[in-house]
Amino acid sequence: MEFNTITESLEKINSNKISIVELNDIFINRIKKNKNLNAFIYFDEENISQQIKKIQSSKKNFKLKGIPLAIKDLFCTKNMPTTAGSKILQNFQPSYESHVSQKLLDQGSIFLGKANCDEFAMGSATNTSYYGNTINPISPRGSQLVPGGSSGGSAAAVAANLCLGATGTDTGGSIRQPASFCGVVGIKPTYGLCSRWGIIAFASSLDQAGVFANNIADTAILLREIAGHDNKDSTSANREIPNYFENLNQDMSGKVVGVPKEYILPDIPEDISKIWEQAIKSLERGGVKVKNISLPHTKYALPAYYIIAPAEASSNLARYDGVRYGFRSEEGTSLDEMYELTRSEGFGKEVKRRVLIGTYVLSAGYYEAYYMKAQKVRRLISNDFNEAFNECDFILTPTAPSPAFPIGEKEDDPIKMYLNDIFTVPASLAGIPGISIPFGKSQNGLPLGIQLLSKHFDEQLVLNAGLYLEKNNV
Amino acid sequence: MKIDKNTTLKIAKLCRIKVRDEEIEELSSQLSSILDWVEKLNEVNTDNIEPLNNVSIATLPLRKDKENLQDQSKEVLSNAPEKLENYFAVPKVVE
Amino acid sequence: MSSLIQGKFSKWETVIGLEIHAQIKSNSKLFSSSSTKFGSSPNSQVSLFDAAMPGMLPVINEFCIKQAVKTGLGLKAKINRYSVFDRKNYFYADLPQGYQISQYKHPIIGEGAVTIDFKDGSSKDIRIVRLHLEQDAGKSLHDQNPSKTYVDLNRSGVALMEIVSEPDLNSSHEASLYITKIRSILMYLDTCDGNMQEGSLRTDVNISVRKPGEELGTRCEIKNLNSIKFIKQAIEYEAMRQIKIIEEGGIIEQNTLLFNPQLGKTKPMRSKEEAHDYRYFPDPDLLPLKLEDDFIEIIKKDIPELPDERKKRYINEYKLSNYDSSVLTIEKSISDYFDKVLGCHQDLKKSAKLVVNWITSELFAILKKNEVEIHNSPITPYNLGQLVKLIISNKISGKIAKDVFEDMYKNSLSPEEIVNSRGLAQVTNVKEIELIIDQILKLNYDKVNDYKAGKTKLLGFFVGQAMQISKGKANPKILNDILIKKLS
Repeated sequence: MEFNTITESLEKINSNKISIVELNDIFINRIKKNKNLNAFIYFDEENISQQIKKIQSSKKNFKLKGIPLAIKDLFCTKNMPTTAGSKILQNFQPSYESHVSQKLLDQGSIFLGKANCDEFAMGSATNTSYYGNTINPISPRGSQLVPGGSSGGSAAAVAANLCLGATGTDTGGSIRQPASFCGVVGIKPTYGLCSRWGIIAFASSLDQAGVFANNIADTAILLREIAGHDNKDSTSANREIPNYFENLNQDMSGKVVGVPKEYILPDIPEDISKIWEQAIKSLERGGVKVKNISLPHTKYALPAYYIIAPAEASSNLARYDGVRYGFRSEEGTSLDEMYELTRSEGFGKEVKRRVLIGTYVLSAGYYEAYYMKAQKVRRLISNDFNEAFNECDFILTPTAPSPAFPIGEKEDDPIKMYLNDIFTVPASLAGIPGISIPFGKSQNGLPLGIQLLSKHFDEQLVLNAGLYLEKNNV
Repeated sequence: MKIDKNTTLKIAKLCRIKVRDEEIEELSSQLSSILDWVEKLNEVNTDNIEPLNNVSIATLPLRKDKENLQDQSKEVLSNAPEKLENYFAVPKVVE
Repeated sequence: MSSLIQGKFSKWETVIGLEIHAQIKSNSKLFSSSSTKFGSSPNSQVSLFDAAMPGMLPVINEFCIKQAVKTGLGLKAKINRYSVFDRKNYFYADLPQGYQISQYKHPIIGEGAVTIDFKDGSSKDIRIVRLHLEQDAGKSLHDQNPSKTYVDLNRSGVALMEIVSEPDLNSSHEASLYITKIRSILMYLDTCDGNMQEGSLRTDVNISVRKPGEELGTRCEIKNLNSIKFIKQAIEYEAMRQIKIIEEGGIIEQNTLLFNPQLGKTKPMRSKEEAHDYRYFPDPDLLPLKLEDDFIEIIKKDIPELPDERKKRYINEYKLSNYDSSVLTIEKSISDYFDKVLGCHQDLKKSAKLVVNWITSELFAILKKNEVEIHNSPITPYNLGQLVKLIISNKISGKIAKDVFEDMYKNSLSPEEIVNSRGLAQVTNVKEIELIIDQILKLNYDKVNDYKAGKTKLLGFFVGQAMQISKGKANPKILNDILIKKLS
């Protein structure tokens, strides 16, 4: 049997057609066979069997009973080390469980391991991890493609069927872009829908937890479990969480989809424009009205993001100083020297670059010109979306400007790498939900993703539209 | 090049990251090109626009003043690279 | 009152502004529920948030906000309906997050003022620029180990109010009056315990000198002073140091200084050599704080009578002097004691000055001698009130009262008990006094003649003799009257 969806597996487990051990063994064996993908930073069979025992001995009515998941290594976990893909957190063992992962544990899911990611979620190719690159499982024979990033380990694990679902975090596209590269579904919910408590911070005003799965139904099931108010996170929204799965409805007739002209870029590959068009046509056939809209400040989203995110990161990463946890350089003799060497040896190149940029844009004399300016532009971008949603119910765009590319490409040019997030960053700045679903293929047969955006807290609508496109794929 | 070597060293000092001599040049030029690129924002008229610091719809939640008297020192010190007599220990600081 | 300092060549004016860091009285910290208790074992009051563990987030303590608003109301300051928490970024061993959560552009409290009173009855208003909320840092211990600095995070994250004054102070004396007044207001409001020894009130002093009327000079900042004595010493030393430099043709370098109490000198802080750049920006983990009118109104109702209002009441109702009133009111415990004494009996209100004298001379002296705080005084306000009542109703003389007072302190007895058991009640019975006078006039027949011959100074002698026989209990006025009558 295939066992690649949560709905199917839950049905088998609940009707005792398969045991939790048997189900998880299938995935454990796949992980062992696919070690070369380097999708996991931490994987330990003994740890998994302990978890299974605990679930088996419980009488609780779990909603995710025995479901094997991968957890991005940015979520602090009580029973597994947490590194954020960084040397500076090598061997860090949290004494606490992140709010989101705790909710998943509370529903009886099994954590197979900690998924690889870009260091502190800074990257678009899972190539900045101290623990090595993750390889995209869809790589054609003889080549090694990136899985996207930063949640590349999570996306790859789901795509290779090493688990049934995975958590990710998305700051500027870190769920949606790898979902697109690996051919799976990935959702970044509204800012504030899921608690950030216990997730290692990159850029606090943008970071949001989300999930990967093989289809919309599974995504809807997982999203409901991780969403919800948390009084430990002051930015968490106090709202009723709908039952996304039960509410799924692919009847899209009468809805209006917005197609933003600013996302039509001159150097975008033809195959991407093609699947975008096909998706629009597909929706039209389902009774959706197509409306051309304008999001005039789109081209300023990336530059604004690359000021705001590094600024917040430079402050969020100040705590990694070798005093209370993590790596400490042996060399320093004074406190300042210890700090400088610890952080220089403990952080990788991309992290250091961003911390330096972030420090610069906040420093005296530059704050107004860079940071403040970027926050003003952020308001304009957010206003663009507000106005657009007066005219349409949801927005359709490509997820990424290219399919997965070979490992090593774009590494010498940071800006080239940053352009990966060109379609995902605007929604991050506005805090609205976005989902990437696999739609069509590139000329070379690589998966491509389509992005659906909606108003704050209207996750149901992008899930419904996603379901429609999933059923009406090309 | 707007970020010269001295500026790079100054910022690096501020964020406590040691930059080796052989790295300075490349780093300075990378930082410069990133800054050149983000300066595209100057094309946007932002007069009378309020900065947007947070997109959360929440209002700042207030906590009741209840104290937790549990001693968590064991937990808090468990990952420390160096601890002595229940203190974190760092190289000597001269004030 | 001139506060100018005489230099070698001319007179100089000192210009001082203070930043007072007052620890808020609360059970738990500003952004975590760890206890704020002083003196616990190292790192025992540290939550995962206080230790800046990855992924930990701040949640603000409502009570600390109320305390700040209450203080703002007490300082007659503007309460800002909108305030923002910012991160102040710098590295230090006892700053676990690598930033302090503070308020920079939008503090919770705006402009206010406090009044300081001088001995000569004059007073001066000192303007407050702002009050903002921020986290305290942990503690670095440098002398526990020869090669290491130890870090204790118990204090890390405790709520502070930073109260910033305008540079309206012109002498060490004014600075000390100002701090005393702020401390007094905070203690009346119960927003800070005012315990300077435990570091609940720490002051940074900004100081410069100039010739009167000239532009402000370059200022230096003396960091982290935790006693009024040191603040005075530091200001006096630093003012003279700056005057000397300028008079010798030098210029003042803007600097951050530390005061060494052993040497009585200031010196530049070594660790602050490189210029700071705090890179303030709004903390994305917290949203702006918006205060509703209702929230403020409820706190307003909770504001007790403050020292200035009490002072006014003492002046108006009891006709006390400005100075007496401010001496009483500066320490809430003294003022409370005084109010309780007066509350004993309606008659005492007319003799408030007498009560003040008893408190500020006899009571202060005996408490000081025995190192006892006024709120623990063995002489209760009620008993002191009774004692004063005995005096004003002529039951005992002032002299006997002092004796009774000593006894009250030693044995915690009421004055009536002592007066009765020791038979100290004043004799006002005319017959009884006449008998005593007759006795001494008979015994000193020769002196009576001398008196009658014009040596009227002898009256004092007769009074003394009579008092001695009455064991000091005879009412002096009646005694005097009878004596004069009998001698004429």
